[in-house]
Amino acid sequence: MNAHTHPRPPDLPGAFPVTSAQLRALHDRLAAEAAAADLLDVAYRTLDTPVGTLLLAATPAGLVRVAFASEDHDRVLTALASEISPRILNAPQRLDDVARELDEYFTGRRRVFDLPLDFQLATGFRRAVLSQLPAIGYGHTASYAQIAAAAGSPRAFRAAGTACALNPLPVVVPCHRVIPSDGSLGRYRGGPAAKQLLLNLEAAA
Amino acid sequence: MTGKPPFEAIVAQHGPMVLRVCRATAGWADADDAWSETFLAALRAYPELPADANVEAWLVTIAHRKAIDVTRAAARRAVPVADLPEDPAADQPDGRDLDLHAALAALPHKQRAAVAYHYLAGLPYRDVAAIIGGSADAARRAASDGIASLRRSYPKTGEL
Repeated sequence: MNAHTHPRPPDLPGAFPVTSAQLRALHDRLAAEAAAADLLDVAYRTLDTPVGTLLLAATPAGLVRVAFASEDHDRVLTALASEISPRILNAPQRLDDVARELDEYFTGRRRVFDLPLDFQLATGFRRAVLSQLPAIGYGHTASYAQIAAAAGSPRAFRAAGTACALNPLPVVVPCHRVIPSDGSLGRYRGGPAAKQLLLNLEAAA
Repeated sequence: MTGKPPFEAIVAQHGPMVLRVCRATAGWADADDAWSETFLAALRAYPELPADANVEAWLVTIAHRKAIDVTRAAARRAVPVADLPEDPAADQPDGRDLDLHAALAALPHKQRAAVAYHYLAGLPYRDVAAIIGGSADAARRAASDGIASLRRSYPKTGEL
């Protein structure tokens, strides 16, 4: 066998240039068709805010997860794939309302969120605790013991603390308004600096 | 189902390869439709895909069927849309090489598929054979015949 019968393999991929603009257009078409066919189980986007870049994820039922950059967005999406569904696409459209209300909140123009929420990532007592949090008004705070009592288990203040620390919908469900009675900041998914920033924002407005 | 990546990662990782395969097998004009239908069908089936499955071979298997579907649908529409301009030698601003596409389109279907799935998708001949039918040796011969034919009919053979 010589070189004429064994030519080097052709560089066909190089002869088929694919641009990022073409891929973006196809991706957006896929996201729209997937949503229309009820195949988009989780849509997500990111949003730049004063507490860093937030990952926002929604099911057809509503906002299901808000994640801080410190949580590692790739890891959060992989967890959503196994906890909810791997049918996940970057599809900002479903999150237009969420992004708008968060923008309004961070610029001091919104005090209450009016969004459909999907609490499927919090069950049992954790969910009971989270359902109490919107009752803490903008700019106010409550103690973990008060929240535990409101959720029906006055002695379960440690569990209430855990529920707040693992809140799948931080900022929107205001676990940052729950602080220990000793005056410290307490645990927060986005870290103490983010919790302080939100409390300062609400105090200043 | 644990550890399966979000579908977004599948699109990001394999979207360009599938688009090249669709352009080579369905033709440039129908490639976008074939790509969209491929990934919509893949999204539908994704939760049931075994975590250790060969994702490239799975996507190309779907793209193979969708390319046939959209090509048939386009033929049924029977509106003669010319894919070739007046001057077929000129490269397009989008980087499309019309001579190469014409040469590929002239290949027998099996050769074109074998060339696309081996050289564009990077599948081994065993996987190519599972998609187009026949043995791995037959797939290797089809790809080899297709490349030989391309080298004869495509003016820029030296560049490939």
